[in-house]
Amino acid sequence: MSAFLSQFINLLAAILLLLAFAMLSQRRILSLIHLFTLQGATLAVSTAVVGYATAQPHLYFSAVLTLLLKVILIPLLLHRVIDRLNVRWDLETLINIPTTQLAGIVLVMFAFYLAQPIAQISATIARGTLGIALASVLLSFMMMITRSKAVPQVIGFLAMENGLFFAATAATYGMPMVVELGIALDVLVGILILGVFLFHIREQFDSLDIRHLEKLKED
Amino acid sequence: MHPLLFVLGIPLLGSLLLAFTGHRPVARAVNVAVSFATLLAAGTLTADVVARGPTFAWGREFFIDPLNVFLVTLTAFVGFTTAVFSRPYMQVELAHGKMTAPRLRLYHSMYQLFLGTMLFALTTNNLGILWVAMEAATLATVLLVSVYRTAASLEAAWKYFILCGVGIAQALFGTVLLYMAAGKLLGSSGGALLWTNLEAVKGSLDPDIMALAFAFLFIGYGTKVGLAPLHNWLPDAHAEGPTPVSAVLSGLLLNVALYGILRCKVLADGALHNHLASGLMMGFGLLSVVTAAFFLWRQKDVKRLFAYSSIEHMGLITFAFGMGGPIANFAGLLHMTVHSLVKSAIFFAVGHAAQKAGTQAMDGIRGLITVSPTVGWGLMLGSLAILGLPPFGVFASEFLILTTAMREQAWATPFLLLALGVAFAAIFARVQPMVFGETSVRRLPHPPALLPVFAHLGLGLMLGLYIPPYLNAWYAQAARLLGG
Repeated sequence: MSAFLSQFINLLAAILLLLAFAMLSQRRILSLIHLFTLQGATLAVSTAVVGYATAQPHLYFSAVLTLLLKVILIPLLLHRVIDRLNVRWDLETLINIPTTQLAGIVLVMFAFYLAQPIAQISATIARGTLGIALASVLLSFMMMITRSKAVPQVIGFLAMENGLFFAATAATYGMPMVVELGIALDVLVGILILGVFLFHIREQFDSLDIRHLEKLKED
Repeated sequence: MHPLLFVLGIPLLGSLLLAFTGHRPVARAVNVAVSFATLLAAGTLTADVVARGPTFAWGREFFIDPLNVFLVTLTAFVGFTTAVFSRPYMQVELAHGKMTAPRLRLYHSMYQLFLGTMLFALTTNNLGILWVAMEAATLATVLLVSVYRTAASLEAAWKYFILCGVGIAQALFGTVLLYMAAGKLLGSSGGALLWTNLEAVKGSLDPDIMALAFAFLFIGYGTKVGLAPLHNWLPDAHAEGPTPVSAVLSGLLLNVALYGILRCKVLADGALHNHLASGLMMGFGLLSVVTAAFFLWRQKDVKRLFAYSSIEHMGLITFAFGMGGPIANFAGLLHMTVHSLVKSAIFFAVGHAAQKAGTQAMDGIRGLITVSPTVGWGLMLGSLAILGLPPFGVFASEFLILTTAMREQAWATPFLLLALGVAFAAIFARVQPMVFGETSVRRLPHPPALLPVFAHLGLGLMLGLYIPPYLNAWYAQAARLLGG
């Protein structure tokens, strides 16, 4: 395993983190989908590179699976959904983007702190990547909390899954094949159900604002 | 052929069959028949285990051991009785216009899929597949909760999806870490996620990774168990979905999620040699018991009331497993069983009562006993059983948990006693006027199915007085397996 490949994987990991930050502050739904597609593409490339560097042929398969699912199929579905819901050009008002970004930086430090003891004993290819993967998971998590519209929340959910997938590739060279297929199936079915849900929510509330979904409270 | 093939195959094929025919009137009976066939298969499997002991199936990918055998039987049994209950219940919902034929098709198909995925999660030896099955069960129940398509049910389902989706994503991260720890010892073949392989080498798993892995797995599956402070989805999902779904959520899904935590706890305990896992489980268990007990007072909706009671009981069970040791573990396993039986019986009674009264608001349900004594008595006896009155099984397990807590974790006893007292007062004060007094309810066009209510309560009563020897042996072996 050459130092070059290891550096290349680190670079891809950094791009992944950058994209997670970009998603955190992106207000336009269409651009969010583009960012998500880009994240999927980065993920597919990094999976293939890890596969090449460690001579694990099954990683090529999961790279292709990622490409099909996260770069082609899911973005296509998302585009269709926003077209049919007519929210393609929607802007979301986000309050306090600088504060969100700062909180994001704190989350990244927290993630690195958590991952540090593991990174030190880890024998796998790129040491810093587990921290980055955890950081992208937490950033996507924060994105879901700060959004009030349904579609960006769904994209946050998918971005979180990307972070998890990257963790699995970087830390363990991918989960066993049967598990990976199961996860891919769950994600696909999940996004289909969420897509159908978006239409039901719209029909019921005439809007995709999650703030309508806060009626069930303890009184 | 291995009987497990039928246990897993029948619900999945049933789901497929009902996906095409679930809208026909006969589908309600087909649903019962498929669930009964699953129960028969589970019974054969259990008999097989009684006769020949724990087994593996298909290599080592699936296994039956004392910890999951009784849960498999329980899941198949409650799945069957809930299908029996759902038959007249859905007929009434159809007559009231709350359900339509296409929704019934979705409901029946997803109901079987849900049972199938839970049985999958229980019997798989692979912790990755356990995660996949849990996520699939979440997806199926999201569709079940939202089946009425009302504003409230959509909100409940969305909340459930997002919260449990996020939660279970944490569990996936935990599983990745676990695989990483295992990879060092077992190589990165598929065998490294098999629980039995991991259990054999648990002493040499890396403690740093395992501590982090268990924390993530606990948060993830704990969200699905409904532990405070991540319990918000649970009352909404129980209240807004159809009542048969509330019954299987409380009676089965929470148990399966807790089962996932228990499997991970065994590994974490072996690797860590400290009390991290126990401490987390005791802390969050106790927090759930206390939080739920005080929330019980504020409830106006009968299904929300019993949903909070489920949070309380799952908290109590988690606390018991956190204490560990043969007695507390035994009590936890017994409590899992009786809570599941009694709570689903209560939901059956509540479902019929709410249909008769035309509302789920407790103020609107009055004097059940004058119109239909059986539903009234079912609700009353069920409530007394869940509140821990002797001679029901809940009393036996709560008594064991409390006495162990007094001996080993004396600091927790006042909180537990206070919470149980508060819960008793809250539930009894609300159920009493619902059952007795002036009536406000009317008769229904279709007679309710009361056999499931009293079958469950009867079993709950039996387990308080007499535990069959093989069940006792499984509990004891599983308690040893779970360790301290």
